[in-house]
Amino acid sequence: MWYHKPVINKELLQSLPNLKIVASSGVGIDHLDLNLLSSYSVKLSNTPFVVSTDTADLGMALMLASSRRLVEGHQMAVSPDTEYFPADWLGAELSGATLGIVGMGTIGYKVAERAKAFEMKILYHNRNQRNKEEESAVGAIYCKKIDDLLHQSDFVLLSVNLTPQTHKLIGKRELELMKPTATLINISRGLVVDQDALVEALQNKVIKAAALDVTYPEPLPRDHPLLKLKNVIITPHIGSATKKTRRLMMENMIESIQAGLTGLPIPNEVL
Amino acid sequence: MSKKVQAMYLWWHKPVIDRELLQSLPNLKVIANSGVGMDHLDLKLVASFGVKMANAPHAVSSSTADTGMALLLASARRLVEGHHIAISSGMEYSEADFLGVEVTGATLGIIGMGRIGYKIALRAKAFEMKILYHNRTRRKEQEEQDVGATYCDNIDHLLQQADFVMVVVSLTPQTSKLIGKREMELMKPTATLINISRGAVIDQEALVTALQSGTIRAAALDVTYPEPLPRDHTLLKLKNVIITPHLGIKTDKATYMITEEAVENILAALNGLPMPSEVLPS
Repeated sequence: MWYHKPVINKELLQSLPNLKIVASSGVGIDHLDLNLLSSYSVKLSNTPFVVSTDTADLGMALMLASSRRLVEGHQMAVSPDTEYFPADWLGAELSGATLGIVGMGTIGYKVAERAKAFEMKILYHNRNQRNKEEESAVGAIYCKKIDDLLHQSDFVLLSVNLTPQTHKLIGKRELELMKPTATLINISRGLVVDQDALVEALQNKVIKAAALDVTYPEPLPRDHPLLKLKNVIITPHIGSATKKTRRLMMENMIESIQAGLTGLPIPNEVL
Repeated sequence: MSKKVQAMYLWWHKPVIDRELLQSLPNLKVIANSGVGMDHLDLKLVASFGVKMANAPHAVSSSTADTGMALLLASARRLVEGHHIAISSGMEYSEADFLGVEVTGATLGIIGMGRIGYKIALRAKAFEMKILYHNRTRRKEQEEQDVGATYCDNIDHLLQQADFVMVVVSLTPQTSKLIGKREMELMKPTATLINISRGAVIDQEALVTALQSGTIRAAALDVTYPEPLPRDHTLLKLKNVIITPHLGIKTDKATYMITEEAVENILAALNGLPMPSEVLPS
């Protein structure tokens, strides 16, 4: 299964009586009905760990690009109308700023490791607190209440998985708790953010900017306001899009499929 | 009015300091530069008028290192191209075969390991990058160990092994066109060249050829020669090039700190005290 296609529904499962396993590319499984699959005795696997570093790298790339206005800058540098570079054109300093990570799983933690080297102050919000060694290794401070993280962060990065609990986790209320100078970065799933509330917040300068690798849907309709806002960077869900990682994902998927077909324990099985 | 001027703060290399200007300001004692590069100044000429000079070396390092990392990541992951695909009216489906190259675990070759180069090494280490560096002088062993950097006495060894080549030298007669046809041909065809130093450190014509022929994979340039480039320059049209308008230190925090450094130097010079970052003609 690649990029969530084909769509797995009752009809499809009924038409494939000998289907034993679905191997899904990537770590997210929010596009799949686990109960439905198990009712047809079809096993499921994903590729959880191999995507982590690339996704963390992209989170950092988006955060750096947004803070320094890289995309706008490039447009200015290549535009046929540019005669000179204005002396008062500024971005925001990333080094030493405060990063709030919402979702400190494998990917969130790798973002923290990277951000620490930029001397960023790191806050995090997670279902469970990480242990002391893990926290001190990256200098991360736990915020039991997401509000505390939102109040203090210059950058808010979302790296949760999509579940009923994280659906629209960031809405109007949360955006209003953020600093007006803050940037929202989303590398999880579009539905974790209330997109309409985000558009309003960006238009009304409730927050400064957003950088999104994921939206709902993907791609957005071509007339969507997010595509027109100057303070938004959107990338086409390329979190794991490197040659090496895609190859590793494929290898993982084949391993899982082979195990599933021969009745052996399945690596990366999702239960 | 011109007799009253004792100090000058250069913002973005303006005004241009030439003989005429220096002659018209008889009481000028000090020129402070907003940034670290001094290649736009004729140091001997200024000194011959008895005018002291200062740059701002400390305030620039973090923001310039951040710019270097931003360009490295944006180029590797094809961020600018990706953004255009995501927002363009032509896109009806996601490009499932849109791929970039990995940063984590890749080899970074830093040419010029001064303050800025070292801060880049600190950042790159967190991405588990393997770090090679080439510098006029070798750094202390402890400094090398802290960032896991390996010294390459010969720049060729660095060029042959690096997936990302980051140029962070100051512009001097020795570093002019440091990276030319020969150096680019030594690089891997999958490698990316990132320049955050000065446009003239790279042979721009050779770069165009190298990018068009696939000799190197891509380039990301915060600096060019001139700035901005003429609007019909080939570099502006290549898909595998990101150009940014000399963002190096253009942040609110950095510009404030640079100005503070400049003011410290100016006050010291006017009071006959040692200047924190005086630049002497060498």
